[in-house]
Amino acid sequence: MHIHKFERFWIKLSFVLIAFFIVTVIVGFVAMDLKVIGDYQTVDPQNLGDTPFGNPGVREVMKNGQTEYEVYVQTIQFAFMPGTASPITVPANTRVTFYITSPDVLHGFEVVGTNLNSMAIPGQVAKFTTIFPEARTYGIVCNEYCGPAHHVMEGLIEVVPKSEFDKSNLVE
Amino acid sequence: MTFLNQYPKAAKVTKANFIVAFTALAIGGLFGFIQALHRTNIFRGFFNSGEYYTLLTGHGVLLALIFTTFFIAGLFVWGVTRSLEREPESMTFTWSWFWLMVVGLVMATIAILGGLVPNSSIRAAVLYTFYPPLQAHPLFYIGLALVLVGSWMAGADWFRSYNKWRKEHPDDRIPILTFMALFTMLMWYVCTIGLALEVVGLLIPWSLGWVTEIEPLLPRTLFWFFGHAVVYFWLLPAYYVWYAILPKLSGGRLFSDSMTRIVFIIFLILSTPVGYHHQYADAGISVGFKFYAMATTMLLLLPSLMTLFTVVASMEHGARQRGGKGLLKWIGKLPWDSPAFAGCALAGIMFAAGGFSGMINAGMNVNILIHNTLWVPGHFHLTVGTAVALTFMAISYWLVPQLTGRKLNFKTLALIQPYAWFLGMTLMSNAMHRAGLAGVPRRTAEVEYSGFEFEPVFGSMAEMNWQIAIGGTILTISLILFLWVIISTWLGGEKSERPVDDHIPTPLSGTEHTPPILDNMKLWVILALILVVLAYSFPLWEMVKDGIFEPGALPRPSLFLPFF
Repeated sequence: MHIHKFERFWIKLSFVLIAFFIVTVIVGFVAMDLKVIGDYQTVDPQNLGDTPFGNPGVREVMKNGQTEYEVYVQTIQFAFMPGTASPITVPANTRVTFYITSPDVLHGFEVVGTNLNSMAIPGQVAKFTTIFPEARTYGIVCNEYCGPAHHVMEGLIEVVPKSEFDKSNLVE
Repeated sequence: MTFLNQYPKAAKVTKANFIVAFTALAIGGLFGFIQALHRTNIFRGFFNSGEYYTLLTGHGVLLALIFTTFFIAGLFVWGVTRSLEREPESMTFTWSWFWLMVVGLVMATIAILGGLVPNSSIRAAVLYTFYPPLQAHPLFYIGLALVLVGSWMAGADWFRSYNKWRKEHPDDRIPILTFMALFTMLMWYVCTIGLALEVVGLLIPWSLGWVTEIEPLLPRTLFWFFGHAVVYFWLLPAYYVWYAILPKLSGGRLFSDSMTRIVFIIFLILSTPVGYHHQYADAGISVGFKFYAMATTMLLLLPSLMTLFTVVASMEHGARQRGGKGLLKWIGKLPWDSPAFAGCALAGIMFAAGGFSGMINAGMNVNILIHNTLWVPGHFHLTVGTAVALTFMAISYWLVPQLTGRKLNFKTLALIQPYAWFLGMTLMSNAMHRAGLAGVPRRTAEVEYSGFEFEPVFGSMAEMNWQIAIGGTILTISLILFLWVIISTWLGGEKSERPVDDHIPTPLSGTEHTPPILDNMKLWVILALILVVLAYSFPLWEMVKDGIFEPGALPRPSLFLPFF
């Protein structure tokens, strides 16, 4: 087969570029802890009451001798529970793990301006962990079409300094 | 002798397909214009924000599924007929796939537009990805299934012509115009397995109420089994034009026959097992399979980068034939005053930009930053919305004269049209990309939230909204120019025996350099299927082993809520 020498060079260059992209992702994974959501667990979307999602909110847990927080969120047409009626309040500089699912249709859970971004799929639990570096307020938007009032579905995350974190609002 | 006189039956089929395609383009484009004004809050008087999603569904279905499929069918009828030098084998069969697709499209459109009728029970505001448990009227799913079956029959029609031709030409190489069409259809057969399983196996029975529950992740995964390859089903016909016709329009010839074939083979093999890259943010699919999909996605850069090389090399050859000199000065010698050439070339330039944002989308962890934001429609309006749509419009200036035996009317307007599209898309798409980086979501009627403000890295929300609205308006004007030129040519162009120069010269490196293995369809299809099985068998099994409809969610009809 006849391949022009410039084209041979171009194809080699293309492979280098492709390899470079894949390597950057691996480096992000290994060195920068940039994880993506994977397979965690399934849940019956019609019986969330029997799971921690039945009492959604922020929980305190001890892991490896450290105080961490778990946030269980239900996304419903057209609100985040919690998040919309009252903000999700968590302390800064602490590991926070989100668990998200939906009892009705597909939704998105996007913390605006960050790479916290997940689908909420009925029957599946999305799990991801983060550390908020500073005290500030973040918006949450639903970024998957979920019905005729999709555009009003929003919420807030309040990140407060560790010292000012009020534990009276935690759920059991 | 032009195509109309040589193959009058095929010309009629292509024309019928183009009429449907351009009608869908007109309606879908109008919806796009309304959306551009609505979601930027420039003007919201046409429809309310609940109805926005009906328009958005219409925009997606009519443009991404109907305009493309019918245009591609018309283009391939033209290419296969011309390169095999034979009319379709049975006109009854040919017209039956055409009318089946038309019936399907009318059913789906009725279901969508029903959403604009107050208190209608026929609705389908589920967008063109129709993720359950949001539920459309059964007409919508059945209509889409009929379009799909019609497209399969169209492919069978071209294979039938090829088989007849093969009997008469046992030792010839597959002509390149037929080769590209057949390989595109082979890819289509592989990827539509997912769509058929989803729509016929799950959604139709569920929308008819035969089963009540559905597991949302399974149909979503089957959709994306199909949903990225469909991108290549749109794109490969644009490549078809860039490989087969654009070199000629530049005044030269195709650079390499064998590389063209290799590119189409790679697309057949790699287009389907990449679907999880649309599901990076989904729970329920393991990171390992997402990584596999990412690696195959990145490998798909190869055929596109090879296409870039071949297309630019062919154009440079053409420019040098026209007296072009120097390292880059030859670019000025290209026929930038020809509407067909200018449109294809501008579409190609935009595709390069779309390719760059696509590389970001493909990267598993960077993707999370822009997943489901306005960045994503910003990206695909460069690819399908320009690389594909503008190429289709531009090549129509060259094809419609051959099909009607009439010279192009309003050449100046036809020349302005692609440049206007390019300008409009530059404004709209750059703003959409930047808004996406700021976290502005896609698929939403209003982007004003009460509790927080978006903080764009570059520019301001107001400036981006204006760019989207002005860009959308220029695109609409460009679309009107296109329709005007085509309709006036079709009905009143000057009759001519040879309305355009439709001779296509042989490639610089021709079939004599092409290894025979490249034409071995069975081998490449088997390879493609193996990669699909590797990608999908285990995750799909994980989803269905607890029951096909478990864990089940109840349907949510896409109801109209006047309150909002």
